[in-house]
Amino acid sequence: MNKDGLYADMKQAIVEGDGAKAGRLAGEAVRAGLALPEVVEKGYVPGIQKVGELWEAGEYFLPELIASAEAMKAAMAALEPGLRQSGVRAATCGKVVIGTIEGDIHDIGKNLVAAMLQAGGFEVHDLGADVKLERFIDKAEAVGADFICVSALLTTTMVNQKRLVALLRERNLRDKYTVLVGGAPASRKWAEEAGADGYAENAVAAVKLAKDLASRRA
Amino acid sequence: MIETRRPKIEFLSPELADKIVDEGLTLLEKEGVFVENREALRLLGEAGAAVDGATQRVRIGRSLVRECLVSTPHSITMYDRSGEKAYLVGGDEIHFNPGSAAVSLLDHGAQEERKAGTRDLVDFYRLVETLEHIHFQSTGLVSADVPAAIADAYRLYLGLLHSAKPFVTGTFRVEGFRPMKDMLAAVRGGEAELRRKPLAIFDACPSPPLKWSNLTTQSLIDAARAGIPSELISMGMTGATSLATITGTLVQHVAENLAGLVICQLARRGAPVIFGGSPSSFDMRKGTTPMGAVETMMIDSAYAQIGKRLKLPTHAYMALSDAKVNDAQSGIETAMGAVLAALSGINVISGPGMLDFESCQSLEKLVIDDEICGMAYRLVAGVAQREEPIALDKFEGFKPDFQFLSHPHTRRWYRKEHILPKLMDRDPYEAWVMAGRTTALDKAHKEVEKRLGQPPLSPLPEGARKDLEKIMAGYARSQGFGALPEPGL
Repeated sequence: MNKDGLYADMKQAIVEGDGAKAGRLAGEAVRAGLALPEVVEKGYVPGIQKVGELWEAGEYFLPELIASAEAMKAAMAALEPGLRQSGVRAATCGKVVIGTIEGDIHDIGKNLVAAMLQAGGFEVHDLGADVKLERFIDKAEAVGADFICVSALLTTTMVNQKRLVALLRERNLRDKYTVLVGGAPASRKWAEEAGADGYAENAVAAVKLAKDLASRRA
Repeated sequence: MIETRRPKIEFLSPELADKIVDEGLTLLEKEGVFVENREALRLLGEAGAAVDGATQRVRIGRSLVRECLVSTPHSITMYDRSGEKAYLVGGDEIHFNPGSAAVSLLDHGAQEERKAGTRDLVDFYRLVETLEHIHFQSTGLVSADVPAAIADAYRLYLGLLHSAKPFVTGTFRVEGFRPMKDMLAAVRGGEAELRRKPLAIFDACPSPPLKWSNLTTQSLIDAARAGIPSELISMGMTGATSLATITGTLVQHVAENLAGLVICQLARRGAPVIFGGSPSSFDMRKGTTPMGAVETMMIDSAYAQIGKRLKLPTHAYMALSDAKVNDAQSGIETAMGAVLAALSGINVISGPGMLDFESCQSLEKLVIDDEICGMAYRLVAGVAQREEPIALDKFEGFKPDFQFLSHPHTRRWYRKEHILPKLMDRDPYEAWVMAGRTTALDKAHKEVEKRLGQPPLSPLPEGARKDLEKIMAGYARSQGFGALPEPGL
């Protein structure tokens, strides 16, 4: 098997947002007994990196972004059993608990960030929309998360992002987690005011921010 | 005299419009809608719709929809506070009203958005009251100085204290309906009078795709029973909460709105309903919902065409902008929307004053937009044959020194044929420089100050005011809140 050719195809599958192809190629890699961490690193990760570049160049839009993230998910799902069996965990950048804050049912932006974080190598636990503050914390405690990412679309629910940080402080858990806020009304200034650790204006920027903060956590 | 043609645009061929309606009806029949309201589910079940109580999914057959369309009035007459001035909402009549429920106000001095308070709402209502081309008021701002739980009723309360125009409003909570209806009835002189002469339209938005929430469904039911017109505001976002194609979004729009219409009719036959909406062309770069996008306006015009085909009064969110300040973008998007809405014959056009994706109101923009609305009304009045013959008799005995300016024909017609704008600059360059190089925005701000400096136009008379205060205070107390801000009288 031509490994380089396979890796190029994998990259291409991600760039094209072709989930079926990305999954199928992952299956081939497993059957061929390739070193799966290398498959991830050299095959798929360059694909999602390329997608980020295309986004930043203004060539890719949200539908392409989400299709590529889904393709990445399909590839990882096919590789996961093999990775676990071999005892080699795919290197994750960190564990993320994400959701849209209580009182808010808007989850398009949140879904996108969740998908991109996952595609970017994070272990993502998506709690959905209208998530009670306590649930964010309970889940983060349960899975040993590094990040809590909170989305809000409404100015009326955005205040709950601040309440979440306050609740973490109350429980003496504030320093344990990196809290990121996002959503239409959020801003860098708001992140500071809410006592969060960061804000990103879109899904690609969110992955960058999380990676940056993760490397500082490590 | 030859009849004047009202200029009009239609985006859809009759065949395409019918196909969209047909697919919408099939969608309601086959996939149905989710209705998160027990009473509506009961009403729908009793009327023969296939209700799955566990999933709250309802499949509505087309015969029920057709029957409900028959019982829905083709037009509605709204009345101002005095009950004397009537506005027909139907046919190709158009009525502009400010874009509603903004959460912030653009502060002209700071050129920054900020939260609005009681004082701002009072200014807003008093200003709109003076704007002749904005026929209806809307509860256009949400007051941040009262608890959110009573904010829906409170904004209508302030509005009724300061304005005589008909209102476009709506509930934020199920509990909000009762005090709002009571206040309207108090102003009108009883519930029967309110039913006879509607003073306010209530907006109700389904949640795309294909869902009616408990709150909005209850609003439909309550409004229908009180004889208050419900404005159905379907709002698919292309490629995000509805199909990416304009026609695909229209099919869903039809299904959602017609489900709402059926609920209204089942609550009370003959209930007034407006086929409205606030869909948008979803921006695939920013993930936002631009109301100023040309495709958004195309969807609006097209669903309104369908609404007319179904013989219903229509509404749209047009004549507004996504700009953050009053700049070139705000002018372009607002004027384009106003003109397209007027040419589409949309009966209730909500938009003036609004910026930043329906989230911000600007007093200066209201004044600018009033001028735009004036142009739109002029535009749809069309080109009329004023005299018979048109011109020949005026040219009789024509000589080279013919004077148009002094001809009696000029004084007879120029004011009817031409409107004189207040803000558009028509000065020669030197005069403009001498006058201080003012922009339309400068002039608009001066106009705001001038209008707000004058005595209030329509304060509510003492007796009715006392009634409103009592209702509002009682509602605030029932929700656990004490003193309300001074209402600026």
